[in-house]
Amino acid sequence: MTDNLNKSYMSYVFIWIILLCLTALTVFCSTLQLGHPAIWIALTIATIKGSLVLLFFMHLKDEQSFIKYAFLVALIVLAIFIGLTFFDVLYR
Amino acid sequence: MQNDSVGSRLGMWLFLFTELMLFGGLFLLYAVYSNRYPAEFSRASKELSTIMGSLNTVVLLTSSLFVVLAVAGIRNNKPRHTVAFLLATIACAGIFLGVKSVEWSEKYHHGLFPNTPTLLAKPKGEIVFFNLYFTITGLHAIHIIIGAIVLGIITWSVYSGKTSSNDYVSLENSGLYWHLVDLIWIYIFPLFYLVVP
Repeated sequence: MTDNLNKSYMSYVFIWIILLCLTALTVFCSTLQLGHPAIWIALTIATIKGSLVLLFFMHLKDEQSFIKYAFLVALIVLAIFIGLTFFDVLYR
Repeated sequence: MQNDSVGSRLGMWLFLFTELMLFGGLFLLYAVYSNRYPAEFSRASKELSTIMGSLNTVVLLTSSLFVVLAVAGIRNNKPRHTVAFLLATIACAGIFLGVKSVEWSEKYHHGLFPNTPTLLAKPKGEIVFFNLYFTITGLHAIHIIIGAIVLGIITWSVYSGKTSSNDYVSLENSGLYWHLVDLIWIYIFPLFYLVVP
C-alpha cells in the first residue's frame, strides 16, 4: 500500500519535472529572436503544458466520458468565438 | 450515494468552463490588440521582468503538484500527508502573491499604472498592453486569493476529519479550481512576459 502510494506520488513528480523543463524551454526560445513564429512556438509549448495539467493533475484522463465531452464542447465554443472574431478583425 | 461525487465534479467542471470563457474573453482582447500593435506590445513587455515571471511560473506549477499530491494522499487514506501538502500549497500561494506585489509596486513607482501621466504619455499600444496586464494579472491574483482561502478551509476540514478517504469530493473540486488558476497562468506567462518581435 505504501509502495503504491509512493508510486502515485512519483508519477506526479515526474509530470511536474516535465512541466518545469517545458517552462525552461519556452524561456530559452524567447531569447532566440525567432521573429514572428516565436508567439506560435510559445503558445504551442503553453498548450502542451496545459494539456499535461488537465490530463494528469486534473485527472481528465480518468474522468467520466461525459465530463470529457463537456470539456471538448467548452473548447469548441472558445475556438468559435476567438476564430469568428479574428475572421472579422483580419479581413475588415 | 456513489454517483454523488461524479455529479459534484460535473458541477465544478461547468463552473470552470465559465471561468475559461471569462479569461478567454480577456485573451481575445489581448490577441486582437497585439495583432493591431505588435511593435508596441513587444516594447512594453520588455518592461516586465522575465525572472519574476519565471519564478512565479515555477511557484504555481509546484503548488499544483502539492494539490494533486494532497488528493493522492487522501485517496490512500493518509490525511496527515494531505494536510501537509495543502499547507505547502497555501505557502506557494503566499510566495506567488508576494512576488506579484513586488512587481506591481515596482511598476507603480515607475509610473506604469493605469491612468498615470507617465503611462498616458506613451503610445496607444503600450497603454493597452499595460491596462490588459493589470486587468488580467489582477483578476488572476483575485483567483489565487480565493483559491488559497478555499484550500485553507479544506485543510481544516481534512485536519478535523470531516473530509476523509470516504468523502473527499470537496478537496477534489477545490483542487480542480487551483489547477485551473495554474492553467490560466501558463498562458499569461508567455503572452505578457515573453513577447518578442
